[in-house]
Formats: sequence, C-alpha cells, structure tokens
Amino acid sequence: MTLEATHCLLRMYEEHHDLEDYQGGVPRWCNGCGDNAILAAMQRLCRDNDLRPEKTVFVSGIGCSSRLPHYMRTYGFHGIHGRALPVAEGIKMARPDLNVFISTGDGDCCSIGAGHWIHGIRYNMNMTMVLHDNHVYGLTKKQASPTSPRGFKSNTTPRGAYLDALNPLNVTLGVQNVSFVAQAVDWIPELLYDILTAAYRHRGFSFVRVIQRCPEFLPKVFDPWLQNPQKTLVLTHERGLRLSANLANVYKNQREHDPLDIDRAREIASLEDPIPVGILYQDPEVPCYEDLRHAGQLRTADYVRAGLEAEFDKFTVWPAEKEQSKPAA
Amino acid sequence: MSDTIILEPKNKSAAPSSAAKRGPQTVKLAETVIEIVSDSGEGAQRCGQSLASIAAKMGNGVWTVEIIPAEIQPPARSVAGASGNRVRIGTRPISNGGDEADLVVAFNEQVLLGRVRADELKPGCIILLESMWRTDRNPAVVASYTATHAQLMEAGYRVYEIPMEQECRKLVSDPRRGKNMFVLGMLCRIYSLDLDLGREQIAITFGKKDQKVISSNIGLLEAGWNWADANLDFRYSIPAARATQPQLVVNGNTALALGVLASGMDICAMYPITPATSVSHYLSDVFERVGGLVHQAEDEIAACAFAVGASYAGKCTVTVTSGPGYSLKQEAIGLAVMAEIPMVVINVQRGGPSTGQPTKGEQGDLLTAIYGSHGDAPKVVIAASSIEDCFYSVITARKIAEMFNMVVVVLSDTNLATGQQPFTRPKFSESWLAPPFDQSEVADGSKPYDWDRVTGLARRFVPGQPHGMHTLTGLAHDRDSHVAYDAVSNEDGLRSRSLKLAALQKTLRPPKVFGGDSGDLLIVGWGSTKGAIEEAVERLRAEGLKVSSMHLQFLQPMAPGMKEIMQRFGKVITVESNWSDDPNDEIIDAENRRYSALAMMLRARTLIDIDCWTEVRGRPIKPGTVAEAVRAKLQH
Repeated sequence: MTLEATHCLLRMYEEHHDLEDYQGGVPRWCNGCGDNAILAAMQRLCRDNDLRPEKTVFVSGIGCSSRLPHYMRTYGFHGIHGRALPVAEGIKMARPDLNVFISTGDGDCCSIGAGHWIHGIRYNMNMTMVLHDNHVYGLTKKQASPTSPRGFKSNTTPRGAYLDALNPLNVTLGVQNVSFVAQAVDWIPELLYDILTAAYRHRGFSFVRVIQRCPEFLPKVFDPWLQNPQKTLVLTHERGLRLSANLANVYKNQREHDPLDIDRAREIASLEDPIPVGILYQDPEVPCYEDLRHAGQLRTADYVRAGLEAEFDKFTVWPAEKEQSKPAA
Repeated sequence: MSDTIILEPKNKSAAPSSAAKRGPQTVKLAETVIEIVSDSGEGAQRCGQSLASIAAKMGNGVWTVEIIPAEIQPPARSVAGASGNRVRIGTRPISNGGDEADLVVAFNEQVLLGRVRADELKPGCIILLESMWRTDRNPAVVASYTATHAQLMEAGYRVYEIPMEQECRKLVSDPRRGKNMFVLGMLCRIYSLDLDLGREQIAITFGKKDQKVISSNIGLLEAGWNWADANLDFRYSIPAARATQPQLVVNGNTALALGVLASGMDICAMYPITPATSVSHYLSDVFERVGGLVHQAEDEIAACAFAVGASYAGKCTVTVTSGPGYSLKQEAIGLAVMAEIPMVVINVQRGGPSTGQPTKGEQGDLLTAIYGSHGDAPKVVIAASSIEDCFYSVITARKIAEMFNMVVVVLSDTNLATGQQPFTRPKFSESWLAPPFDQSEVADGSKPYDWDRVTGLARRFVPGQPHGMHTLTGLAHDRDSHVAYDAVSNEDGLRSRSLKLAALQKTLRPPKVFGGDSGDLLIVGWGSTKGAIEEAVERLRAEGLKVSSMHLQFLQPMAPGMKEIMQRFGKVITVESNWSDDPNDEIIDAENRRYSALAMMLRARTLIDIDCWTEVRGRPIKPGTVAEAVRAKLQH
C-alpha cells in the first residue's frame, strides 16, 4: 500500500480512547430504531480498535441511516442521496491513510445508488459499508423500498407492494471482485459488533447488511424472528464467527460455513427464513483498487516539473538558433 | 474556363530538390485556408494535422479545425460523411479558422459536395479531386462523379483531377491507407514547405510502428511531392518568421490536460463523453508519470461525487465533461457549493440540448454553468479563449478553487478542443502547484464554517487535522456544521457563500479593449470566438469603422469597470455561438425576444441596451461573417 507522509505522524504516539471520544450529538432516531444499535456497535468498534477520531471518516447519503455521521465525533460526510459510495471512494483514493466507513440505507444503496453499489463492490477499496436495511423509506414517511416485502402497504403502494423484494446479499455476491459479505440483525448486538469488527479488519470492501427494525413504519415485521431464536441461522467457522457460550445456548440453529466457499455463500444468501447471520463470504486476496492505482511516489515539485517538461518536449517547436541545444528525443 | 487539367502522369523520378528549381512561378501569400476531406478512416485528419505541424515548425502561424462526422463509420462516399481537417496557415500568428477555403483536397466528390453545400469554399477556389471514380466499375458512381465534376466546373471552381490512388499503387498494395501521405507530399510541394520536416513528421506520427511503416509513408510523401512538382502549374509560399521562443503545438484538449498536470492536482475523475474525452485519453497516458491518476467512474454522477470526496479529503480534484455529463453532475456540484469544497469542473461544450450535436461546437452552457444546480449555488465560471488559455485556465481554476473553497467551472468548446495553435512554451513555476494539504492541529473550539463577515471566507478543516472533526453536510448548517433550519443560520450561510464571489471580484482587473478605447460599436465576446472577433475588428477598423471588442475571461464573477467601457461606445453587441431569437422573425419583438446568454447577463448587470448577434451552425464563427453582421448593425 502507498505510504503517505501522514502515516509517520500516526505512529509517533499511541493514545487511549474512551467511548465518549466517539460520541457526537444525541441521536434523533425513533425509540427502538435499529440505527441506534448500529451506532453503538460502531462507537465500540472505534474505541476497541483505537481509531484516531481525526483519521476516521463516516460517509453517508440521505435517509434515516445517513444521519449516523452526525452522531460520531469523527470526521463525517453527510452527502447526497445515493452517492455515499463514490464520495467515499474519492476520499479513500486521495487519502488511503484514512479509515473510511459508509452508512447507507435500502433506498440510498439499493435504489437510487444501485449503480454505485455494483461498482463499489468491483473497485474493492479498503473500507466498510453498512447497509441499514429496514425495508422502508423512513425519513420521507413510509414509501416502499426495493427490499420491502411483497404486499407491503405504504404511501406509494396503498394496495401492497407489487414486486418481490430485492435480495442485497445475492446482488453483492454476484459482482466480480466481491471480497467480504456479511449479514447481521440489530436485535443481536453482540453478533452485530463481532461482524462489524470482522468487516473493519478485512482489507478490502466489506459489505455488511444489517436487518433492522423500523418501529414507526414496519413495527411488527420481524417479531417472529425476535420471538423464536430457531429462526436465526448463525454461520460459524474458524475463519468466521465464533459464538460465545451464552449466545450458543440461545441460538442453537448454527451452521459451519467456510467464508471462502462462494457457491455455498450464494445458497445461504437466498435463505429468507431462517435469516442467516454471520460472514457469508470473505476473500482476503482480492486486490484493492487504490493499491492498483497508486504509484507510491511522493509528489515533489521537482517530480511534477520533470514530468511536465518531458511532456512539453514532445510538443515543442524550437527556435532555429536553439536547434542544436534541444534535448534528445 | 480552362482550368481543368486532366493530367497524364509523366514518368519522372528526379529528386525533389532539383525539381524545385524549375516549374511555375511561386506566388507569395500572407495566409491561406486549406481543407482535406475524405470518407471517415481515410486519414484526411492525420494529413491535415501533419500539414499544420510542418507549417508550425517552419514558423508559420497555424490554426486547425477538425471536420468530423457524428458517426464513427458513416457510409462511404456520402455528403454527410465528410471527415477531415481545415488548416489555416499564415505569416502572422493565426487565431481562428478563417473564412472560406482557398484550396480543397477531396478523396471523392460526395464529401466535397458536403463542403460546397455548407458554403465552406471560396468561389473559384482550387479543388484537387481524386479521379479514380471516373473509371469506377459502378456506373452510378461514374455518373455521379462526372455530373458533380461538370457542376463544379460550371460553378467556376478550378478543378484538378488527380489519380491519387493510381499513383500510390505504384508504391503500396493498399493505397487507401497511405493516400493521405501522398496528399501531404503534394501540399508540401504546392506550398513550398520543407520536405525534411515532412519526413520528420512521419517519423513522429508513426513512431510507435516499425521502420517499414515509416519508410513506406515517406515514400508516399516523396511521390506526392514529385507528382505535384511535375504536374501542377501553381506554387505558393507563405513566408514564415520563426519564433524566437520555443512554441508548444497542441490542441485545446491536450492543453487542458497539460494544465491539469501543471496545476498540481493529483486526480481526474471522469466518464467518457464527446468532445471532452480526449483530455482524459491523454491524461490517462501521462498523469501517472507525475504521480497523478485518472479514475474512469461508472457514470458522470459518480465521477463528480468522486471528485467531491477526493477534494474534501484535501486534494483538489478535477472532473472533465461535456454538456449532458455536465447536467448529470449538477447535484454533486451543488453539494460542493453548499459544503464549500474546492473542485474544478471542465466543460468542453458541444451543441445541445440533450444529445444535440456531440461533435460540433457551441457556447450553449454559459447560463447552466453560472446558475446550474438548484437553489442559490454561487460558483466561479471562467472561459478559455485560445489554446494557450486552455492550459493556464486550469492552473488559475485550481488556485481560485482552493483559495475560496469554491467550485470553479472552466468552459471550453469543440472548436478549442480540436483546434491547434502554437503558443509560447510555458515556463514552469512552483507557484502553479497546490501546497501540501494542511494536517496541523486545529485550535480547540474552532468552527468549521467560521465565515468572515466581510469576505464570507472560512478556513476549511481537512480529515487528519486533530480537533477539526465535524460532519460536513449538504443540509443547511450553522458555523459548527450542525444541521440548522433556523432563519438566521440559513441566511448566514447563503450570504457567506455569495460574498465569496464579491471577494474574488474585487481582485479582478477590468478587461482590455481591443481596437480603440471608444467608438461606434463594441463587440463583447467570451470563449473560443476571440480570434474571429478580433480579426473582424481589425478588418472593420481597416475600413475606417470605429469598432472595438472586449473578451471576457471571467463570466462569474464579472470583472469591474465594464459598464464604464461600454458607455464609451454608441452600440454594444455580444457575438456568441448560442441561440438568440432573430428580431426579424414574425412574432419576435422587443418584449419576447430571447437574447443570447452573455447578452442577457450583461443587460441585467449594466442596464445597458446590449444587442446580440449569434450563429449556431455547429462550426466556428468566421471573421468575415462577424464583420458582415457588424456592418449591418452599424447601418441600423
């Protein structure tokens, strides 16, 4: 990877951070909203990995999910609808030294930003994206999203959603260069934290879909899964998640799944009931776009000058008297 | 008229140097306009560009205009398929493509008809026409050729039928590839250009191929020279004064790309679109040599958002596009304006609206550049008016963007993009480059939008700066970058972002007037029309008319002092290549007439009754046309 001048500064001293160092304003999400669980897990992740707040950027688009950067005490970029990914890619390309996280929702990512999603997976830049998937547009007050269940009655589908829901895991697993795909649910915070941590530690583009509740517009849709732990399929592996004894006691429906097995990952991704939770796919060998693109050369004025003069030489017509002294072609 | 000479090739193999001593008298010209047209893919463009490079190396002023069909492979021998180059060569520096052509080389009579019908030929001009069609196997082709030839003769053109392909076949098996170099050789002979420079040019053009290709093309070049020497009864020379300073010979898009290299920007994010793409072609080839990179994004929106992200992270970034792509970028441009992220957007304008005329030039995006995006989104707009200007505009744009934390739009257009004109080789200055981005600690309690009350400027915090953490947002925000919908914060932000334009405006100098300081009529222009307008002014002043012109580099904000200049003239008109209603149209009157873009801006700003004259013919405005329009305006 490229070394930026700022990398050296980082290593001059170590610091300890507390949870409060990452806590920004008071969240304005509804009580019981899954976004709160994701925020809490993110703050814990930053603290436990001692991320320097000034070297960390949370990027988002538009929607309830995208308010998350405002509640972090890091750098944040709350941009425009659907475009969190290209913004984050620009940040990472310019500054590979920064930790980049992306918060996006099912409308932001799977609808208006779907094109960027496909290509973001393919670029495989080293950053973590969390898809806050509550199956509904919340900020604009209850419209159907691409992941809304068929038949869901919303303000734009008063007689029920017409189409089957899009499956974000399948889409992601279908794109060339995919390197990390995982799924979590907001109501199992320990696993959410473990999965986000694995995503952060993966070098490449980590895609985590978090299935989350919207208490305002889809209040009861996940009740059966909350009430019955058997309806959650926990994926475990020595290279993936390992359950604590307590959790293993509750979530007995477990399956060994090797995250390198993409065919099995695609099968698991198609499951709707039980909901799979864990790391579906991880390939640490996929190259990162920023590594492919950076020459690793520090840009000094002399370096730029030499390159520019060489280009000028290609197009220069020299005056007659200087014909002798022109540089060799 | 007996100017048609159906020539039988003579058996001749004398060296070019000895041949030059005989033959017809050489007529000296101050300038001339040459066109080479062929079917797409027959190499007329390469021939024209090579001719221009040779003339430039001789020390002549040159300007080239590409003649491009919109399709990649239009049908062969079609009127609409004319592909080629116009080359204007002069003793003095040349600033535009000139009026009608003095000499046209055509590879078939159909593409020639395209140029005739577009009124691009001077009455009675010389036409060098490929004669092989006269004996074509297809009787329809023969009929078309002979009929067209007869019409052209009738119309008084000096048509020379030349067996180009037949001559080339003596040297190469596929004369269709290589005919262009034969033509180049002929033109070198006709215009007394240095044949050695021609050989050198071929070596450069085919440098990446093997020696065989180069030798074969040099053979064709010499054959063309010899043929013209032996068979054509006219010779010209355009005396050249070799420049004392080294000159760069590039087109406008290459100049823009060189400007990106020189500006110290590291990243160009783009999506392919005509006619902007060649900027990125060249940049993709060379940017990495100075530590930069071109990111080809998945779409125009992503390209712009990527540039916004990279700029936000501390490295001012450029995105390059044309009309439709520029429309797609508008939301992300608005974000950069709102969040005060420096960014350079280059728009190489083409004909619009919608897909419009992708390969043809127009100045139709001025108002979009100024008022684009939604809400009040102040941004800086500058326009390049020459090839040299394309280079320096990017450096200026990056500097302004970072100094004022603003979006700077650089407008170019097709005419500059593909036009070539030599300019003094720039002398590198370290001041062109961006300073390293600031990673110093921010004083505790500093605000990310601490807008100065007078100038609206605020210091920007870049990720990596301790204590500078804040969440940037496209929502209305207060000085802490907190989302704020209250009336005071909203107006505070709007006022500050607007004031920055005024602060920049205070640093600008009044534009220079070309011609006389006062008079009967002042032309105001912007962008690629500068050369044609100033040449028209020179001609009109030579006729004794009191006409001057003023060319604007800054369109937003506008330079001070313009009203005062305009008041010294009886009439003020803008000359632009965008739409304005014709006041003579039946239902057009003073109340409903739509003025051209700059005229509208200037009328609003100065309250002067500024008129406009515009032409949107998908080709560069000609100096002769401007002069004629001005004469008409002066008579009213």
